[in-house]
Amino acid sequence: MLQIDNYLYASDLAEAYDTLQSMPGSVVLGGCGYLRLGARNIGTAIDLSKLGLDYVKDTGDTVEIGAMTTLRTLETNPLTSSLWNGVLKRAVENIVGVQLRNGVTIGGTVSGRYPFSDPITALLTLDTQLQFFKNGQVSLEEYLAGKGYKDILEKIIIPQDGRAAAFTSIRKTRTDYAVLNIAVSRSAEAYRIVVGSRPGRAMNVIEAAEYLSENGLNEATAAEAGRIAAARLQFGDNPRGSAEYRKAICPVLIERALLEVIHAA
Amino acid sequence: MQLNTRINGRSITLDFPNGEFLYETLRRYGYLGVKQGCDTGNCGLCTVWLNGKPVLSCSTLTARVGEHDVTTIEALQDEAHSFAEFMVAEGAEQCGFCSPGFTMTVLAMKRELNNPTEESINHYLAGNLCRCSGYKGQMRAIKKFMGVV
Repeated sequence: MLQIDNYLYASDLAEAYDTLQSMPGSVVLGGCGYLRLGARNIGTAIDLSKLGLDYVKDTGDTVEIGAMTTLRTLETNPLTSSLWNGVLKRAVENIVGVQLRNGVTIGGTVSGRYPFSDPITALLTLDTQLQFFKNGQVSLEEYLAGKGYKDILEKIIIPQDGRAAAFTSIRKTRTDYAVLNIAVSRSAEAYRIVVGSRPGRAMNVIEAAEYLSENGLNEATAAEAGRIAAARLQFGDNPRGSAEYRKAICPVLIERALLEVIHAA
Repeated sequence: MQLNTRINGRSITLDFPNGEFLYETLRRYGYLGVKQGCDTGNCGLCTVWLNGKPVLSCSTLTARVGEHDVTTIEALQDEAHSFAEFMVAEGAEQCGFCSPGFTMTVLAMKRELNNPTEESINHYLAGNLCRCSGYKGQMRAIKKFMGVV
């Protein structure tokens, strides 16, 4: 059974941050979707649900999404479900069921840096920034590459730069974790090709993106970009698939996603 | 800890351990229509509504309920009975253990989906598992219940 010694409804971000720093064994609660799965002792559970962090805001240049926004909101909100060719909607709509998505938050998902995450892969291709209470604004890419912060994630910020994007994945059943997930995007400036659930954390494959920037995107270069990415990345085994299988399907999925971007233009 | 909330339209003060999940609290307080299933957030048996939205009570801390209205199947007996008649007519039920959670999701879906299709129904119900029926009879019953041609 889960043991929580103290339960704090944070009254502001500063209180949440100070508690996280000062109280041993304190944990920031997201949507709690995975809390059940491990027997653990939590000194102080920090609940952000009363801080008004459940929102989607259109600032004109960006879309800001509060850390406590649920995946179901991303799926159904008119803005987040339609921008960037609906890539966010596609990345969350097959995560278990409606009931889980009504609870799980984007802040908990991003903070957890889950390697199997579909939304992280999609957010990475959208050049997402994270706003932390103490560490300020950092890119999702930098956050995933590092060791994480003992900090409070306040919101995520996605640029509205006219980017065209696509998301695809292979999974054994519709609601299972992905064997491999792919998100690609094209802005006026650059391409991003992101591969996740390898089963390691999602990575932006810079070499493949640079190849497209130099050679343009068409059916032939889409296939080659997939091959470059598969050659560059490391894949591993887990119960859902072998490294060999992941390496074999990676270029195919990237090519399909890039072709979607071509047709979305 | 203690929490003042509303369950099935009635104000109530819940007393529970900090780490208790909602289905555990609800069952302790006599709401036995809420079932414990997989306990891992996958099967949907424990579905209840928070402010009218279906959630998994096995993955929701009771403390997180706050001032939200909790609805269990005990509050929806007439509607559930109406749906059950369609299920019976289609031979869509066997052991029945998944039925309370399944019914909670179907009734939420009826409120949420405009112009449902077989595809959108399938998608909405992906988080409810039934190991007896094979889903075909359930789909026939739901389509008739929701007036899908």
